[in-house]
Amino acid sequence: MQPGFSDPVLDAQSAFRAVLEAMSHPGRIIPVAPAPLPPVPLSPAMGAVALALADADTPLWHDAGAEAGDWLRFHAGSPLAEAPRAMFLLATGTPPALAGLNLGTEEAPQEGATLLLAVKSLRPAGVLRLRGPGIQHETALGVEGLPEGFWAERAALRPLFPCGLDIILCCDSQIAAIPRTTEVV
Amino acid sequence: MSILARASADALREHLADAPPLPAHTRLKGPDTGLVMLRGRAGGDGTPFNLMEATATRCTVSMGQAMGHATVLGRDAAQAELAAAIDAALQLPDLRAPLLAAVIEPLAAAQDAARAETARKAEATRVNFFTMVAMR
Amino acid sequence: MYVSVKGGEQAIANAHAWLAERRRGDAEQPEITAAQIAEQLGLAVDRVMAEGACLDRDLAALALKQARGDGTEAAFLLRAYRNTLPRFGYTAPLDTGAMQVQRRVSATYKDLPGGQVLGPSFDYTHRLLDVALAGQNGEPPPAPLAEAGVEPMPRVTGMLAQEGLMARDTASDAEPPDLTREGLRFPANRALALQAMARGDEGFLLALGYSTQRGYGNSHPFVGEIRMGAVPVEFTPPELGFAIDIGDVVVTECQMVNQFAGNAETPPQFTRGYGLVPGQNERKAMAMSLVDRALRAKELGEELTAPAQDAEFVLYHCDNVESTGFVEHLKLPHYVDFQSELEKLRGIRARWAADRGETP
Repeated sequence: MQPGFSDPVLDAQSAFRAVLEAMSHPGRIIPVAPAPLPPVPLSPAMGAVALALADADTPLWHDAGAEAGDWLRFHAGSPLAEAPRAMFLLATGTPPALAGLNLGTEEAPQEGATLLLAVKSLRPAGVLRLRGPGIQHETALGVEGLPEGFWAERAALRPLFPCGLDIILCCDSQIAAIPRTTEVV
Repeated sequence: MSILARASADALREHLADAPPLPAHTRLKGPDTGLVMLRGRAGGDGTPFNLMEATATRCTVSMGQAMGHATVLGRDAAQAELAAAIDAALQLPDLRAPLLAAVIEPLAAAQDAARAETARKAEATRVNFFTMVAMR
Repeated sequence: MYVSVKGGEQAIANAHAWLAERRRGDAEQPEITAAQIAEQLGLAVDRVMAEGACLDRDLAALALKQARGDGTEAAFLLRAYRNTLPRFGYTAPLDTGAMQVQRRVSATYKDLPGGQVLGPSFDYTHRLLDVALAGQNGEPPPAPLAEAGVEPMPRVTGMLAQEGLMARDTASDAEPPDLTREGLRFPANRALALQAMARGDEGFLLALGYSTQRGYGNSHPFVGEIRMGAVPVEFTPPELGFAIDIGDVVVTECQMVNQFAGNAETPPQFTRGYGLVPGQNERKAMAMSLVDRALRAKELGEELTAPAQDAEFVLYHCDNVESTGFVEHLKLPHYVDFQSELEKLRGIRARWAADRGETP
């Protein structure tokens, strides 16, 4: 069993801080340190965010194989669930259809799932233009490794707001958040 | 595990003194204290419901090839870590028999004796009704 | 609406210091320890654990000491502490049939299998103050022992059910709702009501239970069985994936047997109310079982006439930490609210006077 955070309390707080930072500034690339070294194909960033946020109360879905699954269950204590029931989803390959995931309800939109999505690269420049709360004018983001049609699929959820998904893109030990309030063009 | 969960850290240490020393262990997780939600069943045997939480402490250690785990009610980190270490050591062929003899069996005997004493106190408060039968 | 008011810091610090002094009391008296409270005021500790919704004797004893013996304040402290701890998971449902019984009585069968065991109860005392207990009393003589048999103690309700005279609680393994995660939502099912009552205020439940006996609600209860003792707790740590025994908890269980007139589908039979509370607390377990049965009125198609049958009334008001929070918040500064009320009232009064041709 590979170790989790070397200091479970302080490292989880640092990772939480990174997620907070990323969510407050959609599209900004934020380093997550210190991060654990989870079994492949989980990246250090994805592992750190999962351990910081997930616990026994948050059903978790992943596509990262048995070893990663054991690691997540051991260190986070989360029950594994089918994608539609999961509160956190860790997608290292093609993510499940977004519309089928837990988007929360009108009464409790905060119960919508958070999707951690592995990408090949994250750059602070690129074709994506992000607008919305937390962005003064516009942020540019370069993302490689997402399936074709992903952004259109996400855009289709926009009319359901306040229900929706929050997305955290993970690459090595960096993250960038695309909360449901962000418009991506 | 049921025996280790009911033994205080002091009791574990005391009995470990009679066993060969445990190999060093590495903490994989914990010891840390949290809560377990206790459940009951409506009517004792019906639909489950959440009763309330209880404090619990857990620890996972590795000892060579063996992994040991303990979750125990309460907040005694030393108890949880010792119990996890003993759990791991019990999986090592050389240590199993001496640990059973020095730690597990005496603790089990002490716990059985405590339970027996409670049962005997309860028995002393059992009501033996004398029923008056009217003679006609 | 509240406005932030500054300037009380020194006063608050001094108030805390005085509180600490009062907590300690006369320094001529030895200071009480939490361990002494846990051992010697055990039933107060049991009540704090129940209303604090957290089983931990030492923490509950500490809370009682810190709260100067105020049970509701102690429950509040325990709830607040509990909120700082992570949740490891859910245990298997406690099997009260596997209890190591310390007390077990039935008011419905004299000679029930397993018999009647009185245990450490106040019930058979004369309620005369024992002046000898005022000081340090030395050790009491040890409780007598008797050779114990191995006769099992089946639940009374199970015996009635075997005859077909007791409505069965359908055993399902449906995930129960969790008050600590989802909050109260109505209609509340029985599982949610039982969770709310288990942590509910003993006095509130006692009064409601009493009201059902006095005619507020159609109730003809008998104590089928009360049992108290230690029950093993089984838990499956996610790290292991299989169940382990993690220790014992002491609980009190009450099965209250009630009549049910029957309806078109169901023949007349007994139904039950259920109470389960941590520690030794028969009064609360009994009150809870009376109110549980009253709350089932709707499910059983009975007429709803009494407060104890009204789930919203009972469940919204049974939590003493919530109740005390809302009642006691009234002493927080409401200066601005009150100022606006005052101005409104002056205006209305002026118009009222003007309408009558008076000069205010």
